[in-house]
Amino acid sequence: MAREEVRAHITGTVWKIEVEVGEEVDEDDDLIILESMKMEMPVVATDDGTVAEILVEEGEAVEEDQVLVILEVD
Amino acid sequence: MFDTILIANRGEIAARVIRTCKHLGIRTVAVYSDADAEAPHVQAADVAVHIGESHVTKSYLDQDAILQAAAAEGAQAIHPGYGLLSENAAFVRRVQEAGLTFIGPRPEVIELMGDKARAREFAASAGVPVVPGSDGPVDGEEEALTIAEELGYPVLVKASAGGGGIGMNLAKNEKKLQKAIKTSVRRAESAFGDPTFYLEKFIIDPRHIEIQVLADSHGNALHVFERECSVQRRHQKVIEEAPSPAMDLHDGLRAAMTKAAVDLVVASEYTNAGTVEFIVDADGNFYFIEMNTRLQVEHPVTEMITGLDLVEWQIRIAAGEELTITQDDLSIDGHSIQCRIYAENPEKRFMPAPGTITEWDSPQAEGIRLDSGVRANFDVTPFYDPLIAKLISHGPDRTTAIERMTGALERFVIGGLTTNRQMHLQVLADPEFLSGHVHTGWLEPKFK
Repeated sequence: MAREEVRAHITGTVWKIEVEVGEEVDEDDDLIILESMKMEMPVVATDDGTVAEILVEEGEAVEEDQVLVILEVD
Repeated sequence: MFDTILIANRGEIAARVIRTCKHLGIRTVAVYSDADAEAPHVQAADVAVHIGESHVTKSYLDQDAILQAAAAEGAQAIHPGYGLLSENAAFVRRVQEAGLTFIGPRPEVIELMGDKARAREFAASAGVPVVPGSDGPVDGEEEALTIAEELGYPVLVKASAGGGGIGMNLAKNEKKLQKAIKTSVRRAESAFGDPTFYLEKFIIDPRHIEIQVLADSHGNALHVFERECSVQRRHQKVIEEAPSPAMDLHDGLRAAMTKAAVDLVVASEYTNAGTVEFIVDADGNFYFIEMNTRLQVEHPVTEMITGLDLVEWQIRIAAGEELTITQDDLSIDGHSIQCRIYAENPEKRFMPAPGTITEWDSPQAEGIRLDSGVRANFDVTPFYDPLIAKLISHGPDRTTAIERMTGALERFVIGGLTTNRQMHLQVLADPEFLSGHVHTGWLEPKFK
């Protein structure tokens, strides 16, 4: 098992968290929806795996490249 | 005439409204959030009132805070700008109940035009052509599938309460339609608290052409010609111009479209400035899409070709004055183009790009106007729209307007921030854009 960091591709705020720790996800599934400059942008799973950690909360401000979610992948 | 006006907005449009107020000798009250404490619109106003935290729901959409600021500073009228509370009928009623004047139309007509399905029905009843579609809201997925079958794919799913492309989704077939409905409903529910949707036939490769209108409370209504806004990304405009190059292709198109727009204004007893938006297909058929009951982002191109100050007319009409211009007084002088400067990255699918402006050296030249809401050493935050400024050019003809815009964009120094400046230069040099024949889906595929 490898741990994969899923990062914010943009500076903004966390609008919605779409997954829970322990949830199995497929590549391209929405994990988190960020909001920036009136736009909602999904942050998607970079691989198939399981959500190991969620490092942010809804409403939190995040910087570009900040790690949001850690996935456990095969 | 009003003695004091509160501007319930921010950025370039707040600064622009303040400019006209100053010209008319009206005292201005700006409002601002935490993030905007140092913003140019705050500095430009006579007084500024802090109304809350950075997120719009806690400041620029906080109706109580805005009404309190108006009362505290003795404002008699509120100018809403565009976006934010500009098309919120409940806010208009509260402004009026507080004994103040809302600079815009009546709340009833804002409600009518704000409900896209009702607006469409109303336009059709006023003899204005509409895009074939579901007549009114659609009751669930099954009905949607039946209607889409009759219209023929592709179809657009639109949120009744929507605007600016929010809650709008394209479906190319039955399977995609099911997905599009789900997405539209979810977005409409979260953005507007109203999941109602309707369907429209998707017109392939249309132009977006809109008509500016002005109407007073004495029964006078006129149009101020068209604007072409076909250069878009994510259903939002990027470059606008007036007049529209399409008018040279189809005899009688301007006359027919402006008549339809004025017919709608008269039928709805609309007052103040407004914009009737149409799409136009390759054969010159035009269809009503919506009416914006406010000042438009792209209003400067109309001002440049007519010499009118649309904000001045908004204020005069709201103050009960009568239009002193007639349709015959208006004519088109030359050509004007507006480039919206967005803090975004065209190379990254036009993704927003907040940041700090370290350098801001804006071009000044003949036929160039800049409406800006920023300056050097200013943070462009993630809280608001990525539109930071609008560069507008005017010339005796389209070629000159494009040349002047190109020169101004080349000299425009914006340091520290990713913007679409370079993209504008690419578009302005594109043979298809130069020919004047582009459609609303033209820009996006160029920047994938």
